Amino acid sequence: MKGFWHDAAEFFPILMSGVVLTIVVTIGSLLLSTVLGLVWAMMRVSGIRVLSLLSASLINVIRGIPIIVLLFYLYFVMPDLGVTLSALQAAILGLGIAYSAYQAENFRAGIEAIDKGQIEAAQSIGMGWWLTMRRVVLPQAVRIVLPPYGNVMIMMLKDSSQASTITVAELALQGKLIASSTFKNTNVFTMVALMYLTMSIPLILLVRHFEKRAGKK
Amino acid sequence: MIELTDVHKSFGENEVLKGITASVQKGEVVCIVGPSGSGKSTILRCINGLESYDRGEISVEGLKVDRDAPSIVQVRTQVSMVFQRFNLFPHRTVLENVVEGPLYVKKEPRAQAFERGRALLAQVGLAEKANEHPPQLSGGQQQRVAIARALAMQPKAILFDEPTSALDPELVGDVLGVMRKLADDGMTMVVVTHEMGFAREVADRVLFIDGGVIVEQGPAKSVLNQPQHARTQDFLRRVLHPL
Repeated sequence: MKGFWHDAAEFFPILMSGVVLTIVVTIGSLLLSTVLGLVWAMMRVSGIRVLSLLSASLINVIRGIPIIVLLFYLYFVMPDLGVTLSALQAAILGLGIAYSAYQAENFRAGIEAIDKGQIEAAQSIGMGWWLTMRRVVLPQAVRIVLPPYGNVMIMMLKDSSQASTITVAELALQGKLIASSTFKNTNVFTMVALMYLTMSIPLILLVRHFEKRAGKK
Repeated sequence: MIELTDVHKSFGENEVLKGITASVQKGEVVCIVGPSGSGKSTILRCINGLESYDRGEISVEGLKVDRDAPSIVQVRTQVSMVFQRFNLFPHRTVLENVVEGPLYVKKEPRAQAFERGRALLAQVGLAEKANEHPPQLSGGQQQRVAIARALAMQPKAILFDEPTSALDPELVGDVLGVMRKLADDGMTMVVVTHEMGFAREVADRVLFIDGGVIVEQGPAKSVLNQPQHARTQDFLRRVLHPL
């Protein structure tokens, strides 16, 4: 146990630099997936057949490709097409696109759960599609969407470790590098696991809070 | 003011309106009565463009009702609707519900919209509820807010779709009282209702609809007190003397 605390003190600063990148990748891809997911969801419920089909196809294609393959594609294949991304950019873009499909389905479910009478009431006072969405549907859908959104946040935090496969020196990669150079696998990966857990617990509590609030409504 | 000419409407194979021709004059109160599934609500929803119709024509103040045309916004700002289940926006306060249309559709100045909103809430007897949310109100209060929301659009007519059907019996009177006051003030109203007492006392005209056609129409007292058609007589007997 003494050895663990000694190693912890020694490796903590290096692992913390990984934590910073983990947070950057998670927040960056969360924002991107939220914006893209909202766009796909709005296309899906727009009532315009072409947009709806396009959105459904995009979502299926994205869902059908493993995240790691998407990351490899963005980082290793795009340069052949003349687009070079840094590892961090590719990681944020890849995870953002991959999760946008799940976000879109979550948002769509939230929007479709709103009572049809709400939309009719908005229409009956002359609101168009966009105004109805903005003033009536989306504010109510947010409450439904928040608990699953919190779960996506936790999954994204953990899946940010996949960025290590394209050389982003986030927490998992930093741990792997330390472990392979010191052979202190147990201590290093225990620390890595504890650090992920420390970041996840506030999010888990947040999801519980969202669920309680949604349950009250 | 509202003209319906040979209006047909089907839901799949089921034809619910089979050639409705009727008109509503300015300031007139018209009650539509009839059995469930006869097409009463569909008529209102077609007038407001919430449903499309297959054949015939509906116009409001000379403006053709076409739910897919941009002009539908103009129709809806002239003809408001009050729903059976109120359909208030639960995430907004009572006052915000009332000013939502004037602020965001009619682009009224904020101060003016809120001042008028408060006055309308006072008119329906709910001034003190302005800052509460709809779920905190009783059904009758919610329906009165819905009427205030409809009035906030300064409409030329209001369509009421069974406005008291979802209410506890002791709350019906408050809503009907507000509607009677509106009628007395000269508001053009089309009311789908099962409240025969209200229809008899307040309506200028009654349309009895069954099977998607107007079976009988005329002055309220004459249709409700001395119905000519056997189907109307049978319906009124069942409604007025259910035992």
